Amino acid sequence: MRRPENQRRPLPAAARAADAVRIALFVTCLADTLFPEAGKATVRLLERLGHQVDFPQAQTCCGQMHVNTGYVRHARQLVKRYSDVFAGYEAIVVPSGSCTASVRHQHALVARRCGDEALAARATAVAARTWELSQFLTAVLEVEDVGAYYPHQVTYHPTCHSLRMLAVGDAPLRLLRRVRGLDLVELPDAESCCGFGGTFALKNADVSTAMLSDKMRNVLATGAEVCTAGDSSCLMHIGGGLSRLRAGVRTVHLAEILAATQESP
Amino acid sequence: MNRAFLGMPTAPRGTGHLRGSEPFPAAARSALADSQLRHNLANATATIRAKREAVVAELPDWEDLRTAGQAIKDGALNRLDSYLVQLEGQVTARGGVVHWARDADEANRLIADLVRQSGAAEVVKVKSIVTDEIGLNDALAAAGITAHETDLAELIVQLGHDRPSHILVPAIHRNRAEIRKIFLREMAGVDPDLSDSPAALTAAARGYLRRRFLSARVGISGVNFAVAETGTLCVVESEGNGRMCLTLPETLITVMGIEKVIPSWRDLEVFLQLLPRSSTGERMNPYTSMWTGVTPGDGPQHVHLVLLDNGRTAALADETGRQALHCIRCSACLNVCPVYERVGGHAYGSVYPGPIGAILSPQLTGVEDNASLPYASSLCGACYQVCPVKIDIPSVLVHLRARHVEQVAADRRMPTAEAVTMAAAAWVMASPRRWAAAQRASRMGRLAGREGRLRSLPPPLSAWTVSRDAPAPPAQTFRQWWKARSGDTS
Repeated sequence: MRRPENQRRPLPAAARAADAVRIALFVTCLADTLFPEAGKATVRLLERLGHQVDFPQAQTCCGQMHVNTGYVRHARQLVKRYSDVFAGYEAIVVPSGSCTASVRHQHALVARRCGDEALAARATAVAARTWELSQFLTAVLEVEDVGAYYPHQVTYHPTCHSLRMLAVGDAPLRLLRRVRGLDLVELPDAESCCGFGGTFALKNADVSTAMLSDKMRNVLATGAEVCTAGDSSCLMHIGGGLSRLRAGVRTVHLAEILAATQESP
Repeated sequence: MNRAFLGMPTAPRGTGHLRGSEPFPAAARSALADSQLRHNLANATATIRAKREAVVAELPDWEDLRTAGQAIKDGALNRLDSYLVQLEGQVTARGGVVHWARDADEANRLIADLVRQSGAAEVVKVKSIVTDEIGLNDALAAAGITAHETDLAELIVQLGHDRPSHILVPAIHRNRAEIRKIFLREMAGVDPDLSDSPAALTAAARGYLRRRFLSARVGISGVNFAVAETGTLCVVESEGNGRMCLTLPETLITVMGIEKVIPSWRDLEVFLQLLPRSSTGERMNPYTSMWTGVTPGDGPQHVHLVLLDNGRTAALADETGRQALHCIRCSACLNVCPVYERVGGHAYGSVYPGPIGAILSPQLTGVEDNASLPYASSLCGACYQVCPVKIDIPSVLVHLRARHVEQVAADRRMPTAEAVTMAAAAWVMASPRRWAAAQRASRMGRLAGREGRLRSLPPPLSAWTVSRDAPAPPAQTFRQWWKARSGDTS
């Protein structure tokens, strides 16, 4: 398995704790359209920690849906857009493990498959400065206590790509443990996939649903009132299933929990 | 994209077991409806997973071993042409006979002829997955030769007129009550009061198999490793039945996929550590049999080796896909796969099920004949994490999806509905202005929502709302919020 990214690459000198970092937010197409609260929370959280956040409005999508469904050539222009839009930023922060993994592990491959070595080189450089939120907080900013307050019982689902492609490890749990008022309940069989898998959820809806059923059973077994994760996509899947069951458990993005304070819950 | 693999011969249609009768989603649906199957699989895979995890954790150099395994396989495939010729030379020099078979049909003909020449009407078999790939038992039956499977699980599958559903434990979909019924029905002379205790079932199988071992004149085996340097063939197994098959008959015919060759004897050091820990969760393999040509007066005096291509060269021609040929058939990827755990092996339609099967079968047959398999994964990555030779299965799955999409586009005059949707999405997302307009349009759907949730969507998204509510688009997108917040009026 790959070593954690933060052990592989030295941190950018200007991006260490205590220095204010100019950060670009890559909000992802999904959060932009359907889960804006995850994006807003990321902005509020990073600003509260003393950093300046920019949202380059020319951004759209990382192209993962195209790549993973087999439409690699269509993804080329999205890879190019991402590389262009974020070229000038020191750090790009993403409230999604899956989209970060796509930028880190797929962008250069897409460019190469399309025979565009120049784009591959640019994509690799931008990918090296692209961070999943929890990894950015713990490995780059070196904070665990972000000053959050969230008086609820919460269980955490480690999403597959954050866990296996980015090796975030227990970074999200370390952040959650320092949230005041939060009662963290361990999720049984946590590392098992929820069954989302992008277009897998449509093409293999029956298997996807079988996987979701087991994930929901485990979430419900914790008795938690909130299920959190670092990916809006997996939360959309788990939350969509729980809503259909009228289970009453809410799905909330990790960024929203970390952004919540006593003054502004 | 590299199209060098196009035009390479793939496994022939109509022979063997690399293709299912229906696409994966349909086969999976039937499997999901079988609650006994799901129970058996969940139990069995959870047990093996835990055993594997414990013994792998014991080795501080596990990651180094994986890297070594990957490097050895890579090196062997890069010089496959010379290693195979070297192997042939060594086996021949030590009294064995080497045959080359381009595909299943050629291999089956060749083996049936060899058995006929020996004068035997029955054969005993072990390590049978590759012979199942080529449908050898059917071909032998057509030639009037009866094949007896001797691996306990293979025997259960054969007696049950069933198909294997796992690489290592072909009868994983059966529990002991079912096995008892199969034995009572199919095993001549079995005790009618047979219980379903593992000891009683094993004793019944032992009695049945011993008679076959002692009378068999021809053994047919697969192989785990073939050492080019010495001409040594190696079979690892857990029961000792393989040892009987490999030593008792006068004639031994071994079938190996050409990717099984490793350069040197020392390479076994790496694989004999990786394989048992990954497959059965054992520190050391119980029965490791090795033979080099013929030993006069000891063991089989007629030793044959059949080198089988059957689509492997086509796989080798694909730069990304060829790593599937590294596989040492440990089945760790099956045991951790959340898809395999729920549907079992039959849904994949091939003798090679699970994540490795989803990348191997389509390459052996050509993607068009197993087009649904590369999509039979949520890309969770658990398979890559456990693979002892570091096959990046998720990346190969995605690569094969692209091969399929590009092939469909080349073969059809009209694009598929999916291709149109994907092209439209890419066009919209290529421009922030079009993207914002599309977001505004999507909010029309809000009217249908209740409490921010949609209970039904039109096709193809209806596949989502069969079991999951969909979020209704919020009143404001993130970028609208950002613009309003920053006072941007552009």
